[in-house]
Amino acid sequence: MLLQRFLIRLLTMLVTLFGVAVVVFVVIRVAPGDPIAMMLPPGATDADIARLRALYGLDKTILQQFFIWLSGVVRGDFGTSISLRQDVLGLVFNRLPATLELAIVALIMAVTIGGTTAILGARERGTAVEAGIDIASGTALSIPDFLWGLVLILLFGVLIPVFDISGRVSPQLDLPFLTQFYLFESLLRLRFDLTWDLLKHMLMPAVALALPLAAIIAQLLKQSLKEVLDLDYVVLARVKGFSETQVILREALKNAALPTLTLVGVQFTFLIGGTVIVERLFSYEGLGNMAIDAVINRDLPLIQGIVLVFALLFVLINLVVDMMYALLNPRLRHG
Amino acid sequence: MDDGRISRHGSGAKLWLAGGWLLLALLAAIFAPLVAPQDPLAQDLMLERLPPFWMSGAEPGYWLGTDSLGRDLLSRLIFGARIAFIVAFAAATAACLVGSTLGLVAGYFGGWADRIISRIVDVWMAFPPVLFAILLVAVLGTGLSSVIIAIAVIDWTRFCRVIRAETMGQSRMDYVENARIAGYGRIGIMLREVLPNVVPSIVALLSLEMGIAVIVEAILSFVNLSISTDDPTWGGIIAEGRLSIHQAWWVLVFPLITLILTVLSFSQFGEGLKARFDPVLR
Repeated sequence: MLLQRFLIRLLTMLVTLFGVAVVVFVVIRVAPGDPIAMMLPPGATDADIARLRALYGLDKTILQQFFIWLSGVVRGDFGTSISLRQDVLGLVFNRLPATLELAIVALIMAVTIGGTTAILGARERGTAVEAGIDIASGTALSIPDFLWGLVLILLFGVLIPVFDISGRVSPQLDLPFLTQFYLFESLLRLRFDLTWDLLKHMLMPAVALALPLAAIIAQLLKQSLKEVLDLDYVVLARVKGFSETQVILREALKNAALPTLTLVGVQFTFLIGGTVIVERLFSYEGLGNMAIDAVINRDLPLIQGIVLVFALLFVLINLVVDMMYALLNPRLRHG
Repeated sequence: MDDGRISRHGSGAKLWLAGGWLLLALLAAIFAPLVAPQDPLAQDLMLERLPPFWMSGAEPGYWLGTDSLGRDLLSRLIFGARIAFIVAFAAATAACLVGSTLGLVAGYFGGWADRIISRIVDVWMAFPPVLFAILLVAVLGTGLSSVIIAIAVIDWTRFCRVIRAETMGQSRMDYVENARIAGYGRIGIMLREVLPNVVPSIVALLSLEMGIAVIVEAILSFVNLSISTDDPTWGGIIAEGRLSIHQAWWVLVFPLITLILTVLSFSQFGEGLKARFDPVLR
């Protein structure tokens, strides 16, 4: 049953990815404007144009062009970046770890802040504390990450300058890292001085990304907790003499968390989508920042590669969340 | 009973506050040449980085100070509101028309129509929206119409998903069945019976989407991909403010406050209108 569900989801995921490839191809190749003219830097000669035209097989039909391009993508050949003159896949994998670290730190923050707020709100339900939480989460939710980033830059970069507002790591530091996962590697190497420097750079973009998600978690989890807290088994636990906090943590949370989990999955992809502009705002050297440079430089092979990697990431997250949901939900597990 | 009354009063106050700010900003945008104290494009290096009116060194007539080229900030914000509102109304309406139509069709007819539309929505959801917008504007070429098209192309899914789910719920209700028995055609039922019942959601989403469109336009002009750089835009002013943040914080603070108020107002206004329209909530 579970395997069948997994295979169906896998197939849907492939269909979605194929759709993404079609859309990317259409946007870049069929949209008005000469793709070659867009790919070339200003001042290119006629010989350059002819060479590129042959290289991309633009004399063939659109359908042939699409399958030539797609077969390259499937084999991991995303082409060569025009502005950086390097292999696109290599460039993408070089930047992806920075974005993943930022997104994961933001997710951990969102779950921690949102979860704590939800538990507090459920414990203090019906009081002014809960009303305050509702107003705060409503506001946090309505303001997008881009604006939160700017607010944080003003507050903690200018007014009280405690955190760094640009870059991923202080440039004067010697980095002993073998991978691009700086934060995780600094922890494994026990170089906590570097961990602190990385976190000081990462904290504000991560908070900007985390706040809207934290607000959603706070609202939804609080609602589910309040529903569960009225059920018989919870009332029984209360009669047994557990404190309200114990009741929530030991009995209610486990059963209230499932709807939140599904939502967090979808929202996590929105959070990753937000890294594009938040990285730009904080000059953080991740994939999103590179994507904006690629668009400004009209580096189409690089844009295609980045968009496809983001799409792959999004559908993989949805697949994982779906499987986790199936594993954790007893009705589906035994069904 | 009491709870309901309090929340209704609360939502009423929010509706008026939000509507009031939006009306003020809209009037400022429409009558920009009359209300702006200065020419928003006039540069004067003698007047560069003037602080806002309450600080020492401020000049009369430059209420919110000037940027690093000596341009009046308040006038630039007022003229920037024009672009913001044009994009908000045009892009949100276009996204709403496309998304609501597809959502209504998918939710009411189900079957293959639903499967195909839902698959397209899945594909769209696999794109990072901001990157997709930037890419579209880069391909279409910068300009007001490109920005509007890009936002509509990306955000129709928001309407489609919600309206599809609502339509599905409505279609199962008795009144739809009764209309069918009474002999109405399917498209007639969809437009005359189901559509009016999903209008409150459409209105709330439309207002929310206007706020999102304002943000996306600001993001696009922040990365210098919106309209020509001469015209003042809120995102463009923010980009300048981000650069001169240590010399002139006001160039970032005032557009930021303007954007936050506008976005909050659009979402609250939508919620408030929905509460007014919705017979269940009312």
